[in-house]
Amino acid sequence: MTAFVTLEDVSHAYGGDTSAPAVEGLSISINEGEFAAVVGPSGCGKSTLMKLATGLQFPFKGKVRIAGEAVDKPLKIAGMAFQAPTLLPWRTTLENLLLPLEIVQPHRSEMRRKRHEFVARAENLLTSVGLRDQGGKFPWELSGGMQQRTSLCRALIHEPKLLMLDEPFGALDAFTREELWCVIRDLQAARKITVCLVTHDLREAVFLADRVFVMSARPGRIVVERKIDIPRPRDLDVTFTPAFQDIVHELRSHIVKTRR
Amino acid sequence: MKNRSLAITLSPWLYTLALFAIWEASVWIFSIPVFFLPPPSTIAVAIYDYWPAIYRNSLITLWATLVGFGLAVGFGLLLGLVIGWSRSIYAGLYPLMIGFNAIPKVAVVPILVLWFGIGFVPAVLTAFLISFFPIVVNVATGLATIEPELEDVLKALGASKLDIMRKVGIPRTLPYFFGSLKVAITLAFVGTVISESVASNNGIGNLMLQAQAQFQVPLIFAGLIALAVEGIVMYWLMAVLEKRMTGWAQRSGFAQN
Repeated sequence: MTAFVTLEDVSHAYGGDTSAPAVEGLSISINEGEFAAVVGPSGCGKSTLMKLATGLQFPFKGKVRIAGEAVDKPLKIAGMAFQAPTLLPWRTTLENLLLPLEIVQPHRSEMRRKRHEFVARAENLLTSVGLRDQGGKFPWELSGGMQQRTSLCRALIHEPKLLMLDEPFGALDAFTREELWCVIRDLQAARKITVCLVTHDLREAVFLADRVFVMSARPGRIVVERKIDIPRPRDLDVTFTPAFQDIVHELRSHIVKTRR
Repeated sequence: MKNRSLAITLSPWLYTLALFAIWEASVWIFSIPVFFLPPPSTIAVAIYDYWPAIYRNSLITLWATLVGFGLAVGFGLLLGLVIGWSRSIYAGLYPLMIGFNAIPKVAVVPILVLWFGIGFVPAVLTAFLISFFPIVVNVATGLATIEPELEDVLKALGASKLDIMRKVGIPRTLPYFFGSLKVAITLAFVGTVISESVASNNGIGNLMLQAQAQFQVPLIFAGLIALAVEGIVMYWLMAVLEKRMTGWAQRSGFAQN
Protein backbone atom coordinates (compact mmCIF):
# COMPACT_ATOMS: atom_id res chain seq x y z
CA MET A 1 0.00 0.00 0.00
CA THR A 2 1.36 3.39 -0.97
CA ALA A 3 0.55 6.61 0.80
CA PHE A 4 -1.71 8.72 -1.41
CA VAL A 5 -2.28 11.70 0.84
CA THR A 6 0.53 12.76 3.16
CA LEU A 7 0.65 15.73 5.48
CA GLU A 8 3.97 16.01 7.28
CA ASP A 9 4.27 18.16 10.40
CA VAL A 10 1.91 20.73 8.91
CA SER A 11 0.99 24.00 10.63
CA HIS A 12 -1.50 26.43 9.21
CA ALA A 13 -3.01 29.67 10.42
CA TYR A 14 -5.61 31.80 8.66
CA GLY A 15 -4.19 35.26 8.25
CA GLY A 16 -0.48 34.43 8.31
CA ASP A 17 1.80 32.80 10.86
CA THR A 18 1.23 35.46 13.51
CA SER A 19 -2.37 34.53 14.37
CA ALA A 20 -3.40 31.47 16.38
CA PRO A 21 -2.84 28.37 14.24
CA ALA A 22 -5.80 26.22 13.23
CA VAL A 23 -3.62 23.12 12.97
CA GLU A 24 -0.12 22.63 14.35
CA GLY A 25 2.32 19.77 13.81
CA LEU A 26 -0.35 17.81 11.95
CA SER A 27 0.81 14.60 10.33
CA ILE A 28 -1.46 12.15 8.58
CA SER A 29 -0.99 9.60 5.85
CA ILE A 30 -3.83 8.05 3.87
CA ASN A 31 -3.21 5.12 1.57
CA GLU A 32 -4.44 4.79 -1.98
CA GLY A 33 -7.93 3.36 -2.09
CA GLU A 34 -8.31 3.70 1.64
CA PHE A 35 -11.37 5.07 3.42
CA ALA A 36 -10.10 7.38 6.15
CA ALA A 37 -12.24 9.21 8.67
CA VAL A 38 -11.11 12.16 10.76
CA VAL A 39 -13.03 12.85 13.94
CA GLY A 40 -12.51 15.40 16.64
CA PRO A 41 -14.13 18.02 18.83
CA SER A 42 -15.77 20.90 17.01
CA GLY A 43 -13.43 23.65 15.87
CA CYS A 44 -10.41 21.36 15.89
CA GLY A 45 -9.35 22.23 12.37
CA LYS A 46 -10.95 19.33 10.50
CA SER A 47 -12.10 21.57 7.71
CA THR A 48 -8.65 23.14 7.54
CA LEU A 49 -7.28 19.67 6.95
CA MET A 50 -9.65 19.35 3.98
CA LYS A 51 -8.55 22.66 2.53
CA LEU A 52 -4.88 21.82 2.96
CA ALA A 53 -5.28 18.44 1.29
CA THR A 54 -7.06 19.92 -1.74
CA GLY A 55 -4.73 22.84 -2.28
CA LEU A 56 -7.22 25.52 -1.33
CA GLN A 57 -4.93 26.62 1.50
CA PHE A 58 -1.20 26.25 1.89
CA PRO A 59 0.56 25.63 5.22
CA PHE A 60 3.19 28.01 6.52
CA LYS A 61 5.09 25.03 7.83
CA GLY A 62 5.30 21.38 6.77
CA LYS A 63 4.64 19.48 3.56
CA VAL A 64 1.48 18.36 1.82
CA ARG A 65 1.91 15.69 -0.84
CA ILE A 66 -0.83 14.10 -2.90
CA ALA A 67 -0.03 11.14 -5.16
CA GLY A 68 3.64 11.77 -4.55
CA GLU A 69 3.58 15.40 -5.64
CA ALA A 70 3.83 18.51 -3.52
CA VAL A 71 0.56 20.46 -3.52
CA ASP A 72 1.11 23.98 -4.78
CA LYS A 73 -2.20 24.69 -6.49
CA PRO A 74 -5.84 23.51 -6.20
CA LEU A 75 -6.07 19.80 -6.80
CA LYS A 76 -8.17 18.77 -9.77
CA ILE A 77 -8.04 15.08 -8.92
CA ALA A 78 -10.14 15.76 -5.81
CA GLY A 79 -13.91 15.94 -5.49
CA MET A 80 -15.53 17.67 -2.55
CA ALA A 81 -18.87 17.60 -0.76
CA PHE A 82 -19.96 19.58 2.26
CA GLN A 83 -22.68 19.63 4.87
CA ALA A 84 -24.67 22.06 2.72
CA PRO A 85 -25.37 20.57 -0.71
CA THR A 86 -24.60 23.95 -2.39
CA LEU A 87 -26.44 23.07 -5.59
CA LEU A 88 -27.26 25.84 -8.02
CA PRO A 89 -31.01 26.48 -7.88
CA TRP A 90 -31.21 27.73 -11.49
CA ARG A 91 -29.82 24.48 -12.87
CA THR A 92 -31.58 21.16 -12.99
CA THR A 93 -30.08 18.29 -11.05
CA LEU A 94 -28.45 16.95 -14.20
CA GLU A 95 -27.03 20.35 -15.14
CA ASN A 96 -25.69 20.68 -11.62
CA LEU A 97 -23.81 17.43 -12.10
CA LEU A 98 -22.32 18.67 -15.36
CA LEU A 99 -20.94 21.82 -13.72
CA PRO A 100 -17.55 20.34 -12.74
CA LEU A 101 -17.12 19.03 -16.30
CA GLU A 102 -17.67 22.55 -17.60
CA ILE A 103 -14.74 23.71 -15.50
CA VAL A 104 -12.16 20.99 -15.13
CA GLN A 105 -9.79 20.18 -18.00
CA PRO A 106 -9.68 18.18 -20.23
CA HIS A 107 -13.47 17.73 -20.06
CA ARG A 108 -14.05 21.43 -20.38
CA SER A 109 -12.82 21.68 -23.96
CA GLU A 110 -14.62 18.45 -24.86
CA MET A 111 -17.94 19.61 -23.42
CA ARG A 112 -19.56 20.36 -26.74
CA ARG A 113 -18.33 17.29 -28.54
CA LYS A 114 -18.90 14.77 -25.78
CA ARG A 115 -22.01 16.21 -24.22
CA HIS A 116 -24.06 13.05 -24.85
CA GLU A 117 -21.41 10.93 -23.22
CA PHE A 118 -21.22 13.23 -20.20
CA VAL A 119 -25.00 13.29 -19.80
CA ALA A 120 -25.03 9.50 -19.92
CA ARG A 121 -22.30 9.40 -17.31
CA ALA A 122 -24.26 11.77 -15.05
CA GLU A 123 -27.40 9.70 -15.47
CA ASN A 124 -25.54 6.53 -14.55
CA LEU A 125 -24.17 8.21 -11.47
CA LEU A 126 -27.64 9.39 -10.46
CA THR A 127 -28.95 5.87 -10.91
CA SER A 128 -26.16 4.49 -8.74
CA VAL A 129 -27.21 6.69 -5.82
CA GLY A 130 -30.90 5.90 -6.28
CA LEU A 131 -31.89 9.03 -8.16
CA ARG A 132 -32.81 7.44 -11.45
CA ASP A 133 -34.79 9.78 -13.74
CA GLN A 134 -34.60 12.65 -11.27
CA GLY A 135 -32.13 14.60 -13.38
CA GLY A 136 -34.75 16.92 -14.86
CA LYS A 137 -35.88 18.18 -11.47
CA PHE A 138 -34.55 21.32 -9.87
CA PRO A 139 -32.61 20.86 -6.63
CA TRP A 140 -35.32 22.58 -4.59
CA GLU A 141 -37.80 19.97 -5.79
CA LEU A 142 -35.71 17.27 -4.10
CA SER A 143 -35.65 16.31 -0.41
CA GLY A 144 -32.59 17.08 1.74
CA GLY A 145 -31.28 13.54 1.39
CA MET A 146 -31.72 13.59 -2.39
CA GLN A 147 -29.92 16.93 -2.59
CA GLN A 148 -27.03 15.49 -0.64
CA ARG A 149 -26.92 12.48 -2.98
CA THR A 150 -26.76 14.91 -5.89
CA SER A 151 -23.96 16.77 -4.17
CA LEU A 152 -22.04 13.48 -3.83
CA CYS A 153 -22.57 12.80 -7.52
CA ARG A 154 -21.27 16.24 -8.37
CA ALA A 155 -18.14 15.49 -6.37
CA LEU A 156 -17.66 12.27 -8.35
CA ILE A 157 -18.62 13.25 -11.90
CA HIS A 158 -15.10 14.11 -13.06
CA GLU A 159 -13.91 10.74 -11.70
CA PRO A 160 -11.60 12.09 -9.02
CA LYS A 161 -8.97 9.91 -7.38
CA LEU A 162 -9.62 11.52 -4.03
CA LEU A 163 -12.97 12.29 -2.46
CA MET A 164 -13.02 14.79 0.39
CA LEU A 165 -16.19 14.84 2.47
CA ASP A 166 -16.73 17.51 5.13
CA GLU A 167 -19.59 16.34 7.38
CA PRO A 168 -21.70 15.57 4.32
CA PHE A 169 -24.49 13.93 6.30
CA GLY A 170 -24.51 16.34 9.24
CA ALA A 171 -27.75 18.06 8.33
CA LEU A 172 -29.76 14.92 7.60
CA ASP A 173 -32.13 12.90 9.79
CA ALA A 174 -30.85 9.63 11.25
CA PHE A 175 -32.55 7.30 8.74
CA THR A 176 -31.51 9.26 5.68
CA ARG A 177 -28.01 9.47 7.07
CA GLU A 178 -27.75 5.69 7.39
CA GLU A 179 -29.10 5.28 3.87
CA LEU A 180 -26.41 7.58 2.59
CA TRP A 181 -23.72 5.73 4.54
CA CYS A 182 -24.59 2.72 2.42
CA VAL A 183 -24.56 4.81 -0.75
CA ILE A 184 -21.08 6.13 -0.07
CA ARG A 185 -19.91 2.68 1.08
CA ASP A 186 -21.00 1.15 -2.21
CA LEU A 187 -19.59 3.99 -4.31
CA GLN A 188 -16.21 3.63 -2.66
CA ALA A 189 -16.25 -0.15 -3.01
CA ALA A 190 -17.13 0.06 -6.70
CA ARG A 191 -14.69 2.82 -7.65
CA LYS A 192 -11.84 2.09 -5.27
CA ILE A 193 -11.23 5.76 -4.75
CA THR A 194 -9.43 7.22 -1.75
CA VAL A 195 -11.90 8.87 0.60
CA CYS A 196 -11.23 11.28 3.42
CA LEU A 197 -14.32 11.82 5.54
CA VAL A 198 -14.37 14.57 8.15
CA THR A 199 -17.14 14.03 10.67
CA HIS A 200 -18.04 14.23 14.32
CA ASP A 201 -20.37 11.24 14.16
CA LEU A 202 -18.31 8.36 15.59
CA ARG A 203 -20.69 5.64 14.43
CA GLU A 204 -20.45 7.03 10.93
CA ALA A 205 -16.65 7.05 11.10
CA VAL A 206 -16.40 3.50 12.41
CA PHE A 207 -18.98 2.10 10.01
CA LEU A 208 -17.40 3.58 6.90
CA ALA A 209 -13.68 3.87 7.50
CA ASP A 210 -10.69 1.57 7.31
CA ARG A 211 -8.87 3.85 9.70
CA VAL A 212 -10.15 6.53 12.03
CA PHE A 213 -7.96 9.47 13.02
CA VAL A 214 -8.77 11.44 16.17
CA MET A 215 -7.80 15.09 16.19
CA SER A 216 -7.00 17.15 19.27
CA ALA A 217 -8.70 20.41 20.17
CA ARG A 218 -7.45 23.51 18.37
CA PRO A 219 -4.70 23.76 17.26
CA GLY A 220 -5.47 20.41 15.74
CA ARG A 221 -3.17 17.49 15.23
CA ILE A 222 -3.70 13.74 15.10
CA VAL A 223 -3.57 12.17 18.56
CA VAL A 224 -4.92 8.69 17.89
CA GLU A 225 -5.03 6.45 14.84
CA ARG A 226 -7.39 3.46 15.05
CA LYS A 227 -7.57 0.72 12.47
CA ILE A 228 -11.09 -0.60 12.00
CA ASP A 229 -10.81 -4.27 11.08
CA ILE A 230 -14.49 -5.04 10.72
CA PRO A 231 -14.60 -7.14 7.52
CA ARG A 232 -16.13 -5.69 4.38
CA PRO A 233 -18.70 -5.58 2.94
CA ARG A 234 -20.22 -4.16 6.09
CA ASP A 235 -23.91 -4.24 6.69
CA LEU A 236 -25.80 -1.65 8.75
CA ASP A 237 -26.51 -4.39 11.30
CA VAL A 238 -22.83 -4.39 12.18
CA THR A 239 -23.36 -1.08 13.95
CA PHE A 240 -25.38 -2.87 16.63
CA THR A 241 -22.75 -5.50 17.45
CA PRO A 242 -20.76 -5.25 20.72
CA ALA A 243 -17.45 -5.17 18.83
CA PHE A 244 -18.62 -2.09 16.92
CA GLN A 245 -19.90 -0.41 20.05
CA ASP A 246 -16.58 -1.05 21.79
CA ILE A 247 -14.67 0.76 19.07
CA VAL A 248 -17.10 3.69 19.23
CA HIS A 249 -16.68 3.85 23.00
CA GLU A 250 -12.93 3.69 22.75
CA LEU A 251 -12.85 6.57 20.24
CA ARG A 252 -15.29 8.52 22.33
CA SER A 253 -13.05 8.30 25.37
CA HIS A 254 -10.16 9.67 23.28
CA ILE A 255 -12.25 12.63 22.19
CA VAL A 256 -13.40 13.31 25.72
CA LYS A 257 -9.73 13.39 26.72
CA THR A 258 -8.86 15.88 23.98
CA ARG A 259 -11.62 18.20 25.13
CA ARG A 260 -10.15 18.54 28.59
CA MET B 1 -59.97 28.56 -4.61
CA LYS B 2 -61.15 30.10 -7.87
CA ASN B 3 -63.11 32.77 -6.03
CA ARG B 4 -60.07 33.52 -3.96
CA SER B 5 -57.80 34.09 -6.94
CA LEU B 6 -60.51 36.19 -8.59
CA ALA B 7 -60.67 38.30 -5.44
CA ILE B 8 -56.92 38.79 -5.56
CA THR B 9 -57.07 39.81 -9.23
CA LEU B 10 -59.83 42.31 -8.55
CA SER B 11 -58.55 43.68 -5.26
CA PRO B 12 -56.13 46.28 -6.65
CA TRP B 13 -58.96 47.83 -8.65
CA LEU B 14 -61.35 47.72 -5.72
CA TYR B 15 -58.83 49.33 -3.37
CA THR B 16 -58.08 52.06 -5.91
CA LEU B 17 -61.79 52.74 -6.45
CA ALA B 18 -62.29 52.84 -2.68
CA LEU B 19 -59.47 55.38 -2.31
CA PHE B 20 -61.04 57.65 -4.93
CA ALA B 21 -64.49 57.21 -3.39
CA ILE B 22 -63.26 58.20 0.08
CA TRP B 23 -61.41 61.13 -1.44
CA GLU B 24 -64.48 62.31 -3.35
CA ALA B 25 -66.73 61.93 -0.32
CA SER B 26 -64.29 63.74 1.99
CA VAL B 27 -64.09 66.69 -0.35
CA TRP B 28 -67.92 66.98 -0.42
CA ILE B 29 -68.43 66.34 3.30
CA PHE B 30 -65.83 68.82 4.50
CA SER B 31 -66.53 71.15 1.54
CA ILE B 32 -62.84 71.47 0.71
CA PRO B 33 -62.33 74.15 -1.95
CA VAL B 34 -61.27 72.97 -5.40
CA PHE B 35 -58.11 75.12 -5.38
CA PHE B 36 -57.01 73.30 -2.20
CA LEU B 37 -57.87 69.67 -2.98
CA PRO B 38 -59.94 68.97 -6.08
CA PRO B 39 -62.15 65.85 -5.98
CA PRO B 40 -61.31 62.96 -8.38
CA SER B 41 -64.32 63.84 -10.55
CA THR B 42 -62.92 67.32 -11.19
CA ILE B 43 -59.50 65.86 -11.88
CA ALA B 44 -61.10 63.44 -14.37
CA VAL B 45 -62.67 66.40 -16.17
CA ALA B 46 -59.28 68.14 -16.21
CA ILE B 47 -57.67 65.04 -17.70
CA TYR B 48 -60.37 64.98 -20.41
CA ASP B 49 -60.07 68.71 -21.12
CA TYR B 50 -56.30 68.78 -21.29
CA TRP B 51 -55.82 65.30 -22.76
CA PRO B 52 -53.64 66.30 -25.77
CA ALA B 53 -51.21 68.22 -23.52
CA ILE B 54 -51.16 65.50 -20.87
CA TYR B 55 -50.66 62.78 -23.47
CA ARG B 56 -47.83 64.59 -25.26
CA ASN B 57 -45.98 65.52 -22.07
CA SER B 58 -46.46 62.08 -20.55
CA LEU B 59 -44.72 60.54 -23.54
CA ILE B 60 -41.86 63.02 -23.23
CA THR B 61 -41.47 62.21 -19.53
CA LEU B 62 -41.72 58.48 -20.21
CA TRP B 63 -39.12 58.64 -22.95
CA ALA B 64 -36.63 60.63 -20.85
CA THR B 65 -37.20 58.22 -17.95
CA LEU B 66 -36.65 55.15 -20.08
CA VAL B 67 -33.44 56.48 -21.62
CA GLY B 68 -32.11 57.44 -18.18
CA PHE B 69 -33.20 54.10 -16.77
CA GLY B 70 -31.56 52.25 -19.66
CA LEU B 71 -28.28 54.04 -18.97
CA ALA B 72 -28.64 53.23 -15.28
CA VAL B 73 -29.18 49.54 -16.04
CA GLY B 74 -26.12 49.30 -18.28
CA PHE B 75 -23.87 51.39 -16.09
CA GLY B 76 -25.21 49.98 -12.81
CA LEU B 77 -24.78 46.38 -13.96
CA LEU B 78 -21.24 47.04 -15.11
CA LEU B 79 -20.21 48.92 -11.96
CA GLY B 80 -21.91 46.34 -9.74
CA LEU B 81 -19.97 43.53 -11.41
CA VAL B 82 -16.71 45.45 -11.08
CA ILE B 83 -17.36 46.24 -7.41
CA GLY B 84 -18.43 42.67 -6.67
CA TRP B 85 -15.35 41.37 -8.48
CA SER B 86 -12.70 42.87 -6.26
CA ARG B 87 -12.58 43.65 -2.59
CA SER B 88 -10.21 46.57 -3.06
CA ILE B 89 -12.37 48.21 -5.73
CA TYR B 90 -15.33 47.67 -3.44
CA ALA B 91 -13.52 49.30 -0.51
CA GLY B 92 -12.42 52.22 -2.65
CA LEU B 93 -15.59 52.98 -4.57
CA TYR B 94 -18.27 52.30 -1.98
CA PRO B 95 -17.76 55.41 0.20
CA LEU B 96 -17.62 57.53 -2.95
CA MET B 97 -20.91 56.10 -4.15
CA ILE B 98 -22.62 56.56 -0.82
CA GLY B 99 -21.47 60.16 -0.72
CA PHE B 100 -22.67 60.65 -4.26
CA ASN B 101 -26.01 59.06 -3.53
CA ALA B 102 -26.49 61.32 -0.52
CA ILE B 103 -26.37 64.43 -2.72
CA PRO B 104 -29.93 65.62 -3.46
CA LYS B 105 -30.30 65.23 -7.20
CA VAL B 106 -32.29 68.46 -7.45
CA ALA B 107 -29.03 70.21 -6.48
CA VAL B 108 -27.28 68.56 -9.42
CA VAL B 109 -29.79 69.75 -12.03
CA PRO B 110 -28.41 73.34 -12.21
CA ILE B 111 -24.97 71.90 -12.94
CA LEU B 112 -26.39 69.67 -15.65
CA VAL B 113 -28.19 72.68 -17.14
CA LEU B 114 -24.91 74.58 -17.11
CA TRP B 115 -23.28 71.77 -19.07
CA PHE B 116 -26.06 70.62 -21.38
CA GLY B 117 -28.69 73.37 -21.42
CA ILE B 118 -32.31 72.85 -20.43
CA GLY B 119 -34.67 70.16 -21.72
CA PHE B 120 -34.24 66.49 -22.55
CA VAL B 121 -30.58 65.84 -21.62
CA PRO B 122 -30.64 67.00 -17.98
CA ALA B 123 -33.90 65.05 -17.47
CA VAL B 124 -32.30 61.86 -18.80
CA LEU B 125 -29.18 62.38 -16.71
CA THR B 126 -31.09 63.11 -13.51
CA ALA B 127 -33.15 59.96 -14.02
CA PHE B 128 -29.94 58.05 -14.60
CA LEU B 129 -28.12 59.49 -11.57
CA ILE B 130 -30.96 58.81 -9.19
CA SER B 131 -31.70 55.26 -10.34
CA PHE B 132 -28.31 53.60 -10.84
CA PHE B 133 -27.41 53.35 -7.17
CA PRO B 134 -29.87 50.60 -6.15
CA ILE B 135 -28.82 48.56 -9.20
CA VAL B 136 -25.12 48.77 -8.32
CA VAL B 137 -25.71 47.89 -4.68
CA ASN B 138 -27.90 44.90 -5.49
CA VAL B 139 -25.61 43.44 -8.15
CA ALA B 140 -22.60 43.82 -5.85
CA THR B 141 -24.51 42.22 -2.97
CA GLY B 142 -25.47 39.24 -5.12
CA LEU B 143 -21.84 38.65 -5.98
CA ALA B 144 -20.61 39.19 -2.44
CA THR B 145 -22.92 36.52 -1.04
CA ILE B 146 -21.69 33.49 -3.05
CA GLU B 147 -21.46 30.54 -0.64
CA PRO B 148 -17.80 29.99 0.28
CA GLU B 149 -18.24 26.19 0.09
CA LEU B 150 -19.42 26.43 -3.49
CA GLU B 151 -16.48 28.66 -4.28
CA ASP B 152 -14.19 26.01 -2.75
CA VAL B 153 -15.76 23.22 -4.80
CA LEU B 154 -15.17 25.19 -8.00
CA LYS B 155 -11.72 26.48 -7.07
CA ALA B 156 -10.63 22.95 -6.22
CA LEU B 157 -11.58 22.03 -9.79
CA GLY B 158 -9.28 24.72 -11.08
CA ALA B 159 -11.95 27.31 -11.81
CA SER B 160 -10.68 30.81 -12.47
CA LYS B 161 -12.34 33.84 -10.95
CA LEU B 162 -13.97 34.50 -14.31
CA ASP B 163 -15.36 30.93 -14.36
CA ILE B 164 -16.89 31.36 -10.89
CA MET B 165 -18.31 34.69 -11.98
CA ARG B 166 -19.86 33.22 -15.13
CA LYS B 167 -21.16 29.95 -13.73
CA VAL B 168 -22.26 31.10 -10.28
CA GLY B 169 -21.84 34.81 -9.62
CA ILE B 170 -23.87 36.30 -12.45
CA PRO B 171 -26.79 33.82 -12.40
CA ARG B 172 -27.20 34.11 -8.66
CA THR B 173 -27.07 37.91 -8.91
CA LEU B 174 -29.95 38.07 -11.38
CA PRO B 175 -32.76 37.96 -8.77
CA TYR B 176 -31.10 40.85 -6.92
CA PHE B 177 -30.64 42.69 -10.20
CA PHE B 178 -34.23 42.30 -11.40
CA GLY B 179 -35.50 43.15 -7.93
CA SER B 180 -33.52 46.37 -8.03
CA LEU B 181 -35.02 47.30 -11.41
CA LYS B 182 -38.42 47.72 -9.75
CA VAL B 183 -36.96 50.24 -7.34
CA ALA B 184 -34.85 51.92 -10.00
CA ILE B 185 -37.66 52.51 -12.53
CA THR B 186 -39.82 54.39 -10.01
CA LEU B 187 -36.81 56.43 -8.88
CA ALA B 188 -36.06 57.23 -12.53
CA PHE B 189 -39.49 58.90 -12.84
CA VAL B 190 -38.69 60.99 -9.77
CA GLY B 191 -35.43 62.10 -11.38
CA THR B 192 -37.06 63.05 -14.69
CA VAL B 193 -39.83 65.05 -13.06
CA ILE B 194 -37.40 66.90 -10.76
CA SER B 195 -35.37 67.96 -13.74
CA GLU B 196 -38.40 68.85 -15.86
CA SER B 197 -39.90 71.03 -13.18
CA VAL B 198 -36.64 72.94 -12.74
CA ALA B 199 -35.18 73.03 -16.22
CA SER B 200 -37.43 72.12 -19.14
CA ASN B 201 -40.16 73.44 -21.38
CA ASN B 202 -41.69 70.00 -21.77
CA GLY B 203 -42.77 66.97 -19.81
CA ILE B 204 -45.19 66.35 -16.99
CA GLY B 205 -42.94 68.15 -14.48
CA ASN B 206 -43.06 71.28 -16.57
CA LEU B 207 -46.80 70.90 -17.18
CA MET B 208 -47.43 70.78 -13.44
CA LEU B 209 -45.23 73.78 -12.82
CA GLN B 210 -47.14 75.83 -15.41
CA ALA B 211 -50.47 74.65 -14.03
CA GLN B 212 -49.34 75.80 -10.60
CA ALA B 213 -48.34 79.21 -11.95
CA GLN B 214 -51.82 79.57 -13.48
CA PHE B 215 -53.44 78.21 -10.34
CA GLN B 216 -55.06 75.31 -12.28
CA VAL B 217 -55.05 72.97 -9.31
CA PRO B 218 -57.05 70.13 -11.01
CA LEU B 219 -54.45 70.06 -13.80
CA ILE B 220 -51.63 69.68 -11.25
CA PHE B 221 -53.40 66.65 -9.87
CA ALA B 222 -54.06 65.35 -13.39
CA GLY B 223 -50.28 65.45 -13.90
CA LEU B 224 -49.77 63.50 -10.68
CA ILE B 225 -52.26 60.85 -11.79
CA ALA B 226 -50.52 60.55 -15.17
CA LEU B 227 -47.18 60.00 -13.40
CA ALA B 228 -48.69 57.45 -11.05
CA VAL B 229 -50.17 55.48 -13.95
CA GLU B 230 -46.87 55.49 -15.85
CA GLY B 231 -45.02 54.46 -12.70
CA ILE B 232 -47.39 51.56 -12.03
CA VAL B 233 -47.22 50.29 -15.62
CA MET B 234 -43.42 50.37 -15.70
CA TYR B 235 -43.15 48.75 -12.28
CA TRP B 236 -45.51 46.01 -13.41
CA LEU B 237 -43.40 45.45 -16.54
CA MET B 238 -40.28 45.09 -14.40
CA ALA B 239 -42.08 42.66 -12.09
CA VAL B 240 -43.16 40.52 -15.07
CA LEU B 241 -39.59 40.59 -16.40
CA GLU B 242 -38.26 39.57 -12.98
CA LYS B 243 -40.67 36.67 -12.79
CA ARG B 244 -39.80 35.54 -16.31
CA MET B 245 -36.06 35.70 -15.90
CA THR B 246 -35.66 34.39 -12.35
CA GLY B 247 -38.67 32.21 -11.67
CA TRP B 248 -36.39 29.75 -9.87
CA ALA B 249 -35.77 32.30 -7.14
CA GLN B 250 -39.45 32.97 -6.48
CA ARG B 251 -40.77 29.62 -5.37
CA SER B 252 -41.59 30.71 -1.84
CA GLY B 253 -45.26 30.57 -0.93
CA PHE B 254 -44.67 33.20 1.74
CA ALA B 255 -46.16 36.15 -0.07
CA GLN B 256 -48.80 34.17 -1.94
CA ASN B 257 -51.35 33.84 0.83
